[in-house]
Amino acid sequence: MSVLVYIPTHDGRATNAGLEVASYANAISSGSDVVALVSGDLSGDGGIGSTGVSRVLHYATDINDNSQISKLVTSAATTEGAHTIVFSGNNEGKAAAPRVAISMNAGYVPGVTSVSGGKSFTRNVFSGKATAVVDVNAEVSVVTITPNSFGIKDQGAADASVEAFSAEVGDSKVTLNSFTPTSNDGSVPLPEAVRVVSAGRGLKGPENWGIVEDLATALGATTACSRPVGDMGWRPHHEHVGQTGITIRPDLYIACGISGAIQHLAGVNQSKVIVVINTDPEAPFFKAADYGIVGDVFEVLPKLTEAIKAL
Amino acid sequence: MIIDSIITRLNSYICITEKYISDYLFYRMKLLVCVSKAPDTTSRISFTDGGKRFDESGVQFIINPYDEWYALVRAIELVEANGGSVTTVTVGDATCDPIIRKALAIGATDAVRIDAIPTDSVQVASLIANYSKNEGFDIIFCGKETIDHNSCAVPAMIAECMGLPYVAIATSIEVSGSESTLVAEVSGGTNNVTVNGPFVLSATKGMSEQRIPNMRGIMSARSKPLIVVDASDVSKMSEVNEFKLPPVKGDCVLVDADNAAELVRLLREEAKII
Repeated sequence: MSVLVYIPTHDGRATNAGLEVASYANAISSGSDVVALVSGDLSGDGGIGSTGVSRVLHYATDINDNSQISKLVTSAATTEGAHTIVFSGNNEGKAAAPRVAISMNAGYVPGVTSVSGGKSFTRNVFSGKATAVVDVNAEVSVVTITPNSFGIKDQGAADASVEAFSAEVGDSKVTLNSFTPTSNDGSVPLPEAVRVVSAGRGLKGPENWGIVEDLATALGATTACSRPVGDMGWRPHHEHVGQTGITIRPDLYIACGISGAIQHLAGVNQSKVIVVINTDPEAPFFKAADYGIVGDVFEVLPKLTEAIKAL
Repeated sequence: MIIDSIITRLNSYICITEKYISDYLFYRMKLLVCVSKAPDTTSRISFTDGGKRFDESGVQFIINPYDEWYALVRAIELVEANGGSVTTVTVGDATCDPIIRKALAIGATDAVRIDAIPTDSVQVASLIANYSKNEGFDIIFCGKETIDHNSCAVPAMIAECMGLPYVAIATSIEVSGSESTLVAEVSGGTNNVTVNGPFVLSATKGMSEQRIPNMRGIMSARSKPLIVVDASDVSKMSEVNEFKLPPVKGDCVLVDADNAAELVRLLREEAKII
């Protein structure tokens, strides 16, 4: 019996989300073998060994279609006798993991946020307004881990052994015409970001975003925005966090000039620490915040940036 | 003999042409939209039965926004432009009928309700797949997730049960004959993809805009077919053991607007976050 974990990679290395799911798989293994599965380019062990995972199955062809990923993972899970199959809760994981649950006749628990025992898994529900403990009634459990909920646990362990793995994954019926990256500035994608600086209508116009970007740069944070700002075209849509945008879970979320409507909170209320900067002391966001400054973002943000740089 | 053979051949050409023309003229897109009942975004979330069940008392139920604003409205737009029908399918008891009537008022052609209490995603997806497999739908539309369970599981499971391709978290779709071109959100960017033949998609923001049903839609929805079918025998694979509310947040610590350095100190020494 083993735990199988499908690791997302980029340029031959496990992504942060990939190292996180490897760490999670290790933490729940309680004596079972942990086996990692990678498709596409892999240089060395891709950094996976550092999390304590000692075996990596490598399928050399890069596949992106959820149907093919599902066939690959199902094949490896059957070969390895996996009782738990772990995916990242990124968009690719969320698309392929439910297929594996059906093909393995397994129970499916998405959005798991912490380690619990056996076939019980804790996940977020009601857009972060509650958690649920879900019991799986089948022999096999398939789970996805919410990015940045568990963290990377570097065990400083030796490189993992890499074995070639082959499987019949079929043809893809989805033809990829083109890929458009959301940003080229090298910042961490929002769902994986550990620090996020977000701004709303209080910034008064897109030309004023310099002070937001300065603070984000000083903190090594990714920028985000509220829905009205995305809708008005002040910022690109992919920066929109909230109920209809991206759900994030950073360690630090700084909201500048955002009132904190319930739909916005639904996307950010799982952040570990929330800082709110707003001129209106009655803004609902202060009720959800850990730290707050009642003040004008145009005055506060440059001072905050200076104070961070002074560290 | 030669004339006979020419006539036979001509006849077969005519048959083929007729079929081609009738397919062209009478081709009707047949779309299915999965519609789920969800508590209104502003609902107070509480639990009953020792934390085992969501407390529905006083809760206003709506069509799950992703199903309504994006999946349903886009399907209706495609049929308005190309001809065809939009069927909605819901797994639930009679308490779902008001939201199903609203979907009909927005513009769905007809509706099916599979009479079962939804428990887990495997059960819901299996029920919808069992209903759909003989109906010949061209595209099955779902919302990206429901706002109560946030799973994003049912569309992929329907696709797996039916052996169909699945395009996840799509922000646009254009259809030309049997070919569909979509934009989908993936890690680090967007993919532009093409699918030939039937498939399943999950829709998110960008697909379309919310539509408010007009009086004519509301009146006609009363007489549109809402067919209730018995649930097929499927098993569930998981169940919620306990719901919990998050710990209550302590009061927000306010820092003076002139003292940004104090905020930085708190983030570093108290929250230990920077």
